[in-house]
Amino acid sequence: MAKRFDIKDLNIYYGKFHAVSSVNLAVPPRNVTAFIGPSGCGKSTVLRSLNRMHEVAPGARVEGKVLLDGEDIYASTVDPVEVRRTIGMVFQRPNPFPTMSIRDNVVAGLKLAGVKNKKKLDEVAERSLRGANLWNEVKDRLDRPGGGLSGGQQQRLCIARAIAVQPDVLLMDEPCSALDPISTLAIEDLITELKKDFTIVIVTHNMQQAARVSDQTAFFNLLGVGQPGQLIEVDDTEKIFSNPSQKATEDYISGRFG
Amino acid sequence: MTDNVTGSSPPARSTGRRRGDGIFRSMTTGSSLVIVVSIGLIGLFLLIQAVPSLQANTINFFTSAEWSTGDVGNLAFGIRDLLVVTVLSSLLALAIAMPIAMGIALFLTHYLPPKIAQPFAYVIDLLAAVPSIVFGLWGAKVLGPSLEPIATFLNENLSWIPLFSDGNVSLSGGGNIFTAGIVLAIMILPIITAVSREVFRQTPAMQIEGALALGATRWEMIRTTVLPFGRSGYIAGSMLGLGRALGETVAVLIILRSASSSSTFSFFDGGYTFASKIASAAPEFSEPLSTGAYIAAGLVLFVFTFAVNALARYIAGRGKAKAS
Repeated sequence: MAKRFDIKDLNIYYGKFHAVSSVNLAVPPRNVTAFIGPSGCGKSTVLRSLNRMHEVAPGARVEGKVLLDGEDIYASTVDPVEVRRTIGMVFQRPNPFPTMSIRDNVVAGLKLAGVKNKKKLDEVAERSLRGANLWNEVKDRLDRPGGGLSGGQQQRLCIARAIAVQPDVLLMDEPCSALDPISTLAIEDLITELKKDFTIVIVTHNMQQAARVSDQTAFFNLLGVGQPGQLIEVDDTEKIFSNPSQKATEDYISGRFG
Repeated sequence: MTDNVTGSSPPARSTGRRRGDGIFRSMTTGSSLVIVVSIGLIGLFLLIQAVPSLQANTINFFTSAEWSTGDVGNLAFGIRDLLVVTVLSSLLALAIAMPIAMGIALFLTHYLPPKIAQPFAYVIDLLAAVPSIVFGLWGAKVLGPSLEPIATFLNENLSWIPLFSDGNVSLSGGGNIFTAGIVLAIMILPIITAVSREVFRQTPAMQIEGALALGATRWEMIRTTVLPFGRSGYIAGSMLGLGRALGETVAVLIILRSASSSSTFSFFDGGYTFASKIASAAPEFSEPLSTGAYIAAGLVLFVFTFAVNALARYIAGRGKAKAS
């Protein structure tokens, strides 16, 4: 649980298109790392390469290493399905399984892993929903479909689903961009609580959000149209937002572009 | 004055537009009414033509298997066997075609790369363009005889199941419901596949990603997202296929051997479906009362097919409401 990532010389391609160029980055455990940068700079692509989800797109491939506690998740012996079982992911739009009940949504990952004991599943469902600050709102309707909840509740349901399997790392791809400010606040509070137990990497377009929730911030940028995205700078969040070492970072966070 | 003119011109234009709207609206309403009215008139025609014969019928129309319409003074016709043969052959077709169509649709949408899937899909659609007379000839001359050993095997070993017990025609040549059902299955495969393919393809990408990110294998992803999402569309497509199978005429007419005794509720029966019975007698439709007997059979098929299609629409509509 709560492992660290070491990304070494990571290059990502979609077919012939070079999407991201030589990223080197360390993600410490029990820590929130934020990826910021303009649209198309490759931050989501890097995030998706951390649990091998980018491979779902045809023609996608990577060069370089992504070490999870020293083990390369791209080693030829590693099954991407196993990687995704140990690294949770929360998406931009809440995506609970609409035909499944709230409870079944939460334990979907465990069921895929072969857990059948009903008592155990119920325990995990409750613990995960409590962990996602959703238990009190849904405890009376665990058998109702997950699609009936509000957007913010659905997103917390997806977080509960992701943490139910006790992942090594939790990846969040702009988890609040489809939510209203109140729900966003609820998720941000939740992230702060979750980092006690999990390593979290979050992509966000909202710089205030990065400043509020993260310990470490990585700024990605595009050098030009058609050029690969690059990691410009990574540092403590406080330093990035007060005294960045690169001019491009300063221009971006002060709103001069992007 | 100028102001006055420009002031009055917009309303004039807008009434013009409204007239255009009105014309367009009556055109579309009219076109849709044509459909409803023709279906109503067809039903009415069938009913009017059938009633005198039904009144002259000397035996029970629904429960008897006899069919003699030669003597107008002594009409005796019942649809029991027609119903049995129609339903058995169509259900067999559905039981074979449904799993295969699901397999093809899933393969095309979630296994094959899109570039190869497209031409493959055309081939399946091409199957729908083969004339049913060709299917009939193939079924009667090629498939039927080559199925004979399989039919014999099933009959010998599974005859304790009523569906596989001895039928009312000889097994040789394969002119039975077993052959007809398989040919019908091939004929309805394209429609079921096409509808299923469409709904499976529309599974939201974020659902699929959600399942994969949880560590689902491809099959587990399909089971947790694609199948629940596409279920109602798949069932509706199958019902459309069933509608086709129920009404298929010429292929069944060529394949099925006529039987001298009544149906034994077995796959190895011969006989007629509603449609093939009517087609077989078409050259002799001169006497209104005997023709009316066939029209009565047609009316039952009409209502039956209509009900199946209505059920399909209902299921599809319910699924849509749930998905949104």
